[in-house]
Amino acid sequence: MIITKKKKKEEILKRLGGGKTVYLFGCGSCAEQCKTGGAEEVREMEEMLKENGYGVAGSSLLNETCYNQLVRKEFRKNPSLRKAGSIVVLACGAGVKTVSDNAGETQPVLPALDTIFLASVERQGRFFEGCSLCGECVLDSTAGICPHTECPKGLLNGPCGGMAQGMCEVDTEKECAWVRIFKRLEKQGRLHCMEQYCPPKDFSVSVRPRKLCLR
Amino acid sequence: MEPESNLKKSLDSGIFTITAEICPPRGTLVDSFVGKARLLKGKIAAANVTDNQRAVMRLSSLASSVLLLREGVEPVFQITCRDRNRLAIQSDMLGAWVLGIRNVLALTGDHVSFGDHREAKAVYDLDSVQLVRAIDALNHGKNLKEKELRGGTGFFLGAVVAPEAEPFEPEWIKFGKKVGAGARFFQTQAVFDMERFKRFFPGARGLGAKVLGGILLLKSAKMAHYLNKNVPGVRVPASLIEELENAPDQLKKGIEIAARQLRELKKFCHGAHIMAIGQEESVPEIIGLS
Repeated sequence: MIITKKKKKEEILKRLGGGKTVYLFGCGSCAEQCKTGGAEEVREMEEMLKENGYGVAGSSLLNETCYNQLVRKEFRKNPSLRKAGSIVVLACGAGVKTVSDNAGETQPVLPALDTIFLASVERQGRFFEGCSLCGECVLDSTAGICPHTECPKGLLNGPCGGMAQGMCEVDTEKECAWVRIFKRLEKQGRLHCMEQYCPPKDFSVSVRPRKLCLR
Repeated sequence: MEPESNLKKSLDSGIFTITAEICPPRGTLVDSFVGKARLLKGKIAAANVTDNQRAVMRLSSLASSVLLLREGVEPVFQITCRDRNRLAIQSDMLGAWVLGIRNVLALTGDHVSFGDHREAKAVYDLDSVQLVRAIDALNHGKNLKEKELRGGTGFFLGAVVAPEAEPFEPEWIKFGKKVGAGARFFQTQAVFDMERFKRFFPGARGLGAKVLGGILLLKSAKMAHYLNKNVPGVRVPASLIEELENAPDQLKKGIEIAARQLRELKKFCHGAHIMAIGQEESVPEIIGLS
C-alpha cells in the first residue's frame, strides 16, 4: 500500500494560481484507503475549489490512477477533461505522473497529495512502513524486520549507541529496530545471523529511475 | 618509517592512558580551540576531535585535527557515518593520513534530527562496523573494493562501545563485530555504574581490545538532568545528581566526581577518555586530583 497525505489547501490554491477550470482525479486503490483520494475526498476538493472561485469541469475516480491504460481511456472518452485549464490529482506520485503523461501539452497537472511511504496495513486506517524498496532484501537474516527501513539510520550491523532502555534515540516511543531483531532471532535460536558481518548495501541495484519490463 | 601513534605506544606499553575530547568551534575563530589544546598538551596522550557532534555543524574534524598537530597535541580524528558516503569517507581518511593524523575513531553519529540542520539528508551509507572495516582495508593498502592503493594508511583504529547499554547483548554483539572488523581501541560512552563496567571490561580485554573508560564531567546537577533527558545513551544515576545538588560549588564537585571515577578506572582499566564538553580547562585538574 502506497501511503499519501493531503497537502494543505493553501498550498494547492497557491500552485493553481488564477481562476480557470479544474478537472479532478481520485484513486480507488491506496489513496482511497488512506482517505486521501477516494470519492469523499474528491467531493471535498471539488467543494473547496468552488468556494475559492474555481470551476470544476468534472472528476474521475479510477480503480488505479497509476495504470496508464485506464488513464488514457479516461482522456479519450472525456472531452471536458482535455479542455480543463488544469488537473488536480488526488493519488500518489505514480498516479500524478501517469496523468501528467496523458495530459495535454499545455495542461498543468498538480498533486493534491504528498506520497510518503510503502506500508504494511496493520488494520484499517493504521499504516506502518516496513520496506523501503531497496532492491536487496535481507529480511531472512533480520527476522522479518527491515533494519534499512525501521532503523532511522538504516544500520545493518546492530544498534547504535543511542539505543536506551531498548528504545530508539530518534523516536523514544519506538523500540529500537535492532533490539526487536535481536529478540526475534534469539527466540528463533538464530543469533548467529546478527553476529555475522553484513557488508555495505549495494546501491547500484537501485539506481533511479527504476523499471521492470516483462515484455 | 612513518611516525607511529603515541596513543598506540602508550596503550601497548601498559601505561594507564588518558585521552580527552575537544569540540571544534562553530565557525573559523579557532583561538579558544587552540587555547584548550595548549592547556591539554603534555597532560594527555591524545585529544579527540569530534565530528559535527550532536549533528551540529562545526569546523571539520579533519581540519581541527591538523590544528592539534600544529600545536604538538596528537589528535584522534573522529569520523561518523552520518555526513559522508563511502567515497568521501575513504578519501578523507587518505587525506588525514598524509596530513599526519595517526589515530581515528569510527562512530555512527547522532541522527540529524538532534542537530541544527534537521532538514539535512542523513547519509549512513556505511554503518560503524562497515566504517571500521573500510579503514582497516585502507590500513592494508586497499580500498573498500579490495583494489590496491598507491600507498595505504596505518591508522591506530578505534571505535566506541556503550558498556551500560540496556539491553546489553545487542551492543555486545556489535562490539564483537567492531573488534572483528579491525578496531583496536575503544573509547566508551560515559561510565557511571563502575561495577557494571568492571564486569564488561574483562570480556572486552579478552577479545584483544584496549579500552578507555569514558568519563563525562558533570558541571552541574542541571546538566545531569539535561543529559538524562536529551543525550542518547547517557544515564546519570540519581545518587550523583544528589551529590551535585548538595554541593556548594557544583563544578568543583563534578571535577571531584570525575577524579574519583578516574581513580577507580586506574585500578583495572587500560585508560580513560575524558569528555568535558566545553569545560576542557578542567581536565588537568581532574587528572591532578585522581
